[in-house]
Amino acid sequence: MEEKVKEKKEILLQGNVACAQGALAAGLNFFAGYPITPSTEIAEYLAKNLPKYGGKFIQMEDEIASISAVIGASLAGAKAMTATSGPGFSLMQENIGYAYIAEVPCVIVDVQRGGPSTGLPTKVSQSDTMQARWGTHGDYHSITLAVSSVKECFELIIRAFNLSEKYRTPVILLMDEVIGHMREKVTLPQPEEIKVFNRWKPTVPPEWYQHFEINPHFISPMASFGEGYRFNVTGLTHDPLGFPTAKAQEIKDKLDKLRNKIEHNINDIVQVKEEFMEDATSAIFAYGSAARSARQAIRIARQKRIKVGLIQPTTVWPFPDVYMEHMSDKLELILVVELNQGQLVNEVLRTNCGRARIRRLNRYDGELITPDEIFKRLREVR
Amino acid sequence: MEHVIKHTEFQDIYEIRLSGSGGQGLIFVGTVLAEAIGIYDGKNVTQTQSYGPEARGGASRSDIVVSRSEIYYPKTTKLDLLLALTQEACDQYCLALKEDGILIIDSSLVTQLPLREVLGFPFTQIAKEKLKTPIVANIIALGTIGALTKIVSKKALIEAVKKRAPKGTEELNLKALELGFGLPRKRRNRRSREKK
Repeated sequence: MEEKVKEKKEILLQGNVACAQGALAAGLNFFAGYPITPSTEIAEYLAKNLPKYGGKFIQMEDEIASISAVIGASLAGAKAMTATSGPGFSLMQENIGYAYIAEVPCVIVDVQRGGPSTGLPTKVSQSDTMQARWGTHGDYHSITLAVSSVKECFELIIRAFNLSEKYRTPVILLMDEVIGHMREKVTLPQPEEIKVFNRWKPTVPPEWYQHFEINPHFISPMASFGEGYRFNVTGLTHDPLGFPTAKAQEIKDKLDKLRNKIEHNINDIVQVKEEFMEDATSAIFAYGSAARSARQAIRIARQKRIKVGLIQPTTVWPFPDVYMEHMSDKLELILVVELNQGQLVNEVLRTNCGRARIRRLNRYDGELITPDEIFKRLREVR
Repeated sequence: MEHVIKHTEFQDIYEIRLSGSGGQGLIFVGTVLAEAIGIYDGKNVTQTQSYGPEARGGASRSDIVVSRSEIYYPKTTKLDLLLALTQEACDQYCLALKEDGILIIDSSLVTQLPLREVLGFPFTQIAKEKLKTPIVANIIALGTIGALTKIVSKKALIEAVKKRAPKGTEELNLKALELGFGLPRKRRNRRSREKK
């Protein structure tokens, strides 16, 4: 009993470990992966600790096998995830597409490093932002979250699991080398404060069950293999029973379902963090580790009475369209800061439609952008 | 309502860099120091690392930022304290120090000194001679940092070493830490004797 009434304790925690602990708190019970810098500590921690929670950890021969194992485990009822970095994320793309069309809930963590190819294993980058949205082929709608602190690693991996279970879709969590390897003092929430969502289970008798049923919510209840419900799973475009179809209406219904389950719930999925936005006339738009430098830059600017605020989308995909359209009307200037050659800035330009002035600041030499650089650029473009 | 940020709200920052080559245990020492400052001394702290793709060798460093307020930018800009365990690290980073920053070097490995005040201690040599292994040179250096600065308390360092040291090596590491703590005092005594 005494064990349970623990006080909230500050601990020094690494981003990768926080991500692994968050996954355990969210109910993870299957991990398949292939170690890759800078994500290795996630696999390392789970290899030691997942079995203690009754879960299975398996190191596969490569990333293609890893994502395949994750999909299989999820279909058998497990809460499954994998963690990788750019090169492994590229290898996984084909089967991530499979998870989209077969509507398999799973979580893929990408601790970004410099690219393309093997690139910079130990250096920071945010250059997989677009790959998280458009990595695999075909029409699909990605849910992607981006973290900027150790605490967010813990919180957002739980959110990633919840969204993936709720909407029966893969969810991508974008981290980066700085956040993954950084140690920071955090106070983690107690288990009773954590909300965990589990997938909807069918309530109909097995003979009525349709694995890809089309209903007004666009989210079908999901039985697991071995529970007595018969269903077929395929990467071919399929009908509600899961068998390949060539009927135009069924094809359209399936693709509409994939879109609508995300679009109709956009308010539940999209989250944006703001700072000092009440009186701001300009804003810095940044996510991931770049948002940390932006927070400091804003404090430097505020000290000099420049009215600037921070827009930090923790949901990167779907892009916060409505929010950014509103901000474009309100603001004079938006400075988009990214650790790549400019990826999300194009989305800001799209939603802006020429209303506010959009300026960009990009750094892609493997180092974290400094607050001074951001402040200098802000003064330059004001 | 206008948000005005006071200078003191975010700029009481103390920046530390522990540098050397891969395998010297700098990232481990960084973690211990961050744990001591953050958890046992109760300040805000972030620790980041920078190293090459090699498993051994290559430049390696661990950066620690300490502040009373929340830390946003986790990397260092101008160092208050630099520990250099190799010549390469000393050459590369000594210019990143503030003018009144403290430079501590391993005098058994760094032979060409920069033109500024340097505090040299033969950490590796002492580790080899007194503890029969060079691997605890990093912890000896950590003890010396604890003795020379006010950024971390001795008690906190001892607790952090106890917690973070790999099982079975606690005693060795605590001995190394104690040895490191004693180094500056010895030096001072020697100096005062020389003056007489």
